[in-house]
Amino acid sequence: MNYTDKVMDHFQNPRNVGVLKDADGVGKVGNPVCGDMMTFYIKVKDERLADIKFQTFGCGAAIAVSSIVSEMARGKPLGEAMEITNERVAEELGGLPKNKLHCSNLGADALHKAIEDYRARRGEAADAKKKGSGPAGCCCPYCEGPMEGAEGLCRSCHIELEECPVCHKSTKAGEDACSHCGAKMPPA
Amino acid sequence: MKRVYLDHIAATPLDPRALEAMLPFLRERFGNPQSIHSFGRPAQEAVEEARAQVARLINASAEEIFFVSSGSEANNFALKGLALARRDKGRHLVLSAVEHQSVLHAAKSLERQGFKTTLVGVDREGLVDPERLAAAVTPETALVSVQLANNEVGTVEPVAEVARLCRPLSVPVHTDAVAAAGSIPVDVRALDVDALSLAGDQFYGPKGSAALYVRKGARLLPLIDGGIQEGGRRAGTENVAGIVGLGRAAALAAEELESRSVRAAALRDRLIDELPRRVEQVTLTGHRSRRLPHHASFCVAFVEGEAMLLNLDLKGFAVSSGSACTSRALKASHVLLAMGLDHALAQGSLVFSLIEGTAAGDIESLLDVFPPIVERLRALSPLYTQYLEEKGK
Repeated sequence: MNYTDKVMDHFQNPRNVGVLKDADGVGKVGNPVCGDMMTFYIKVKDERLADIKFQTFGCGAAIAVSSIVSEMARGKPLGEAMEITNERVAEELGGLPKNKLHCSNLGADALHKAIEDYRARRGEAADAKKKGSGPAGCCCPYCEGPMEGAEGLCRSCHIELEECPVCHKSTKAGEDACSHCGAKMPPA
Repeated sequence: MKRVYLDHIAATPLDPRALEAMLPFLRERFGNPQSIHSFGRPAQEAVEEARAQVARLINASAEEIFFVSSGSEANNFALKGLALARRDKGRHLVLSAVEHQSVLHAAKSLERQGFKTTLVGVDREGLVDPERLAAAVTPETALVSVQLANNEVGTVEPVAEVARLCRPLSVPVHTDAVAAAGSIPVDVRALDVDALSLAGDQFYGPKGSAALYVRKGARLLPLIDGGIQEGGRRAGTENVAGIVGLGRAAALAAEELESRSVRAAALRDRLIDELPRRVEQVTLTGHRSRRLPHHASFCVAFVEGEAMLLNLDLKGFAVSSGSACTSRALKASHVLLAMGLDHALAQGSLVFSLIEGTAAGDIESLLDVFPPIVERLRALSPLYTQYLEEKGK
């Protein structure tokens, strides 16, 4: 499928772009390997998102997702903003092409990270229910997207992963050496 | 809004003269070339004329040309057909790291049949070193394959030198000339290669029509078994109209190649010289002079390719990007990574590839339209903010 009109609107006229120098919380996700990077900045007043700004390096979907997430979260109580899911983000945009759904994961994750950062700064414990914090607290070693335990493929950046036989961490499949401990990987 | 097509590497428009040649074979001359009656004979003659036309484009003999359905099929046919025919002598392949997926994945498929592949790296400009490549050849090597020109960065590889060094090692050399044939002079005798792939949709012929040249006498196993078409090497009723269109396009390319490439290269050079002047942190990818005449490719720092591509499309310019986000696999271009570019820069890749109808004014409007697009996307980019901070602005 192609991008919907709403995706194209948010891509061409993204809302809430920028940096908050005196942010109460900052959330960063992604890296250039997976092609998308997002940074969300939040100002909190009375446990509500008083202001929100973002910057995104990425494709059309990534930019549209960041923009709609900022719009969906602005003015909301923190608890409510934490409930924003990837599915709702994609739905709000009228759908995303299948291979771009991972972008909606990144948007919600970046927002949630910013809220967690705010809470951590205030000494509050991170929300244990945060989506994607699997049993092993697992996240993709490349894009830091959420992963449910040991998966062979990161749902966020679609990089194939395999377990290193020496350090047991996930590393990129098909490489000669583990990116964590440098151990030689067995041939596929 | 005027629409400007700058995506030659994806597909060229069909030359109206090739279309004219094809039409009778989609209408009244529908006969099967294998039929010996009066409906079959004209189709047979047309296919053979096209074979001679394609042969002339690359200085081959007609019997050395096999028609196939795409550049990808030609590459698969060359790799599997030649390597499997020699598998008793050895099961080793030597390829450059910047080959097209249809070469790399065909090699992967052969690996499942016991072959081993050595990928030879390239330099920062995408050039393979013939000495390093020849040094990778072992007595087990069944085939060497190096592309003639790269579709993503436009670099023209030293294939003749590769073949010269491989000749005493008696290993056959294939070249993927899909991006090159019809755009630069190609002479299989001068290159001294054993096999060469080309595709009609890269020089104003129809899609679905391509050819593999295989040097006379070389052993080649078929990919498609069946009847006696293409000398039993490639079964299946011929795509007569497509083959006729390919032949006509090849004949036109042979005649017009020089004037086309002089025109295109002037516009290409304008783009290569001017774009980095208009926008900071834009770098040419591929070799400056050893490149396809219609091909200008860049990496734009701090922004992602698809976002630029969509914005250019909204302004009427159709271009390509090798960025991860434009491919379903969501991986950065293996070509740019092999050239040593980092991931972030490789994500910002754009390819402008010119066609026959590209006018000087089109390039000038592109040069005007492009800077504000990059500026807008950079204002969004955390990488650009970081760059400005480090620069101390």
